[in-house]
Amino acid sequence: MKMTIAEKIIAAHCDRKAVRPGEIVLARLDLALGNDITAPLAIDLFENSGVEEVFDKDKIALVCDHFAPNKDIESARQCRVVRDFARSHRVAHFYDVGRMGIEHALLPEEGLVLPGDLVIGADSHTCTYGALGAFATGVGSTDLAGAMIGGEAWFRVPPSRLFIYRGDFKPWVSGKDLILYTIGLIGVSGAHYAAMEFAGPAVSSLSMAGRMTMANMAIEAGAKTGIFPPDEITEEYVRKRARRRYEIYRSDPGADYEGETTIDLDKIEPQVALPPLPSNTRSVSEVKGIKIDQSVIGSCTNGRLEDLRMAAEIFKGKKVAKWVRALVFPATQAIYLQALREGLIEIFIESGVAVSTPTCGPCLGGHMGVLASGEKAISTTNRNFVGRMGHPESEVYLSGPAVAAASAVAGEIIHPDKI
Amino acid sequence: MNIRGRVWKFSDDVNTDAIIAARYLVTGAAAELGKYLMEDIRPGFSAMISPGDIIAAGENFGCGSSREHAPLAIKGAGIAAVVAKSFARIFYRNCFNMGLPIFECAGAVEAIEEGDEVRIDLESGDITDLNGKASYSARPIPPFMRELISAGGLINYMVEHSNERGKK
Repeated sequence: MKMTIAEKIIAAHCDRKAVRPGEIVLARLDLALGNDITAPLAIDLFENSGVEEVFDKDKIALVCDHFAPNKDIESARQCRVVRDFARSHRVAHFYDVGRMGIEHALLPEEGLVLPGDLVIGADSHTCTYGALGAFATGVGSTDLAGAMIGGEAWFRVPPSRLFIYRGDFKPWVSGKDLILYTIGLIGVSGAHYAAMEFAGPAVSSLSMAGRMTMANMAIEAGAKTGIFPPDEITEEYVRKRARRRYEIYRSDPGADYEGETTIDLDKIEPQVALPPLPSNTRSVSEVKGIKIDQSVIGSCTNGRLEDLRMAAEIFKGKKVAKWVRALVFPATQAIYLQALREGLIEIFIESGVAVSTPTCGPCLGGHMGVLASGEKAISTTNRNFVGRMGHPESEVYLSGPAVAAASAVAGEIIHPDKI
Repeated sequence: MNIRGRVWKFSDDVNTDAIIAARYLVTGAAAELGKYLMEDIRPGFSAMISPGDIIAAGENFGCGSSREHAPLAIKGAGIAAVVAKSFARIFYRNCFNMGLPIFECAGAVEAIEEGDEVRIDLESGDITDLNGKASYSARPIPPFMRELISAGGLINYMVEHSNERGKK
């Protein structure tokens, strides 16, 4: 029976020859992830379940990245709960301040998610790992507790939707612009419950960082996951990081898709998503006269080395506009160190940009750049709902790193070519 | 088993940041979270709710973040069920996993107005507007979800399942 990559991975993890969209199955997991705001609920449920040991201490990852370094006493308490649990259950993959990164940049870097894996995470952007040709999806804290008890999770097999990208990248256009454009086209539930499969000549040239950016935002179109069939770029990335075997799955020619959309890059300029939805997209040239108070470059969406390089190229020799704050969040310690070695951090600081230790920080209005009433931010994060970055009367505009950097210099949302 | 309560209406794409803002993600206590339900989009909402009330919402209810604090806040505020035209997928699974009754029924949401009294049969998914007297049938709950409900949630299901496999 012909299957898509998503169907193949699920079938393999429940020992079935084939699965069909719509079926509900219970499947074995390669990894279950939680962070400092979602794991405490899971830990509480686990500890009240009567089960004494976790199913497999090597298949759990716990990352303190949301409200860490701790923003207040309550956040410190939550991180402590996670830390104590990791310690007493000898969780193999626990990451704390100074030795961590934002979870969805960290786990691939550490080789914890590999092609063909089935992964759940108590965080909606878990779909990021689809960039590696894994089936990865966001779930709740109870699912995480369930995984810690039984090593499994239930899945409704998603239909797959094919997105084919063709054409050449215009200047400053990155994976972020492609996914924003796509979400703008189909809407915030345009890929409802589906596996968005990304294909086409334009994405085969996209780096792993660009693929992770795209897969990361599949959830913003309502999708169950985003997935890239593995190729040489994937193998190059995982070869030096994998410490266990992995499987390469690809969709069968002639497999069934719920829909197929072809997107022409010749149409795509750097994008901006206006508040209050990630689907409220425009070409940056159409966005005029929006003065900003803050620019954020970072997050699990765009905090990788390539994103920082792109931003540094724009900041070099220029200054952040008066009355504007610009912040950069390298997504992992390794990325931060490499950026330092490449001179990027120096460029940022000389431009007047604040550089932070890895954290989710302002992305969800947590800390390290929360907005006051009436403020506007341009941000490389993934959501711009009302109140997302702070006061309900603040606004978030989403973009890629080039637009975020250019806008910081100009003091208003602007095409990078214009500064 | 029936529930009966006043309807509070919401539009499409009510996201989980709106349901419970990130600044409150420092507790798992439903009653505490419930105090801040929908605070940024409908200030004072929690105080208006009587236990047993029902939320009726448009498409894609619960989109955005996976935070389970969202259905916990809804439950903690005293809401007995959510009826929506459609649910975002992580929110949907969270509700079945932790025990907040939800029903998909576009017809009911279209017809029912804020302030109406509504009765829901939790078993059959029949929704009756006690003001207009009309009745609607929610989309049937998949068999696996019924198993989760009868087990008393995902954790009980997993523990039983693990026991069956002789793990513990």
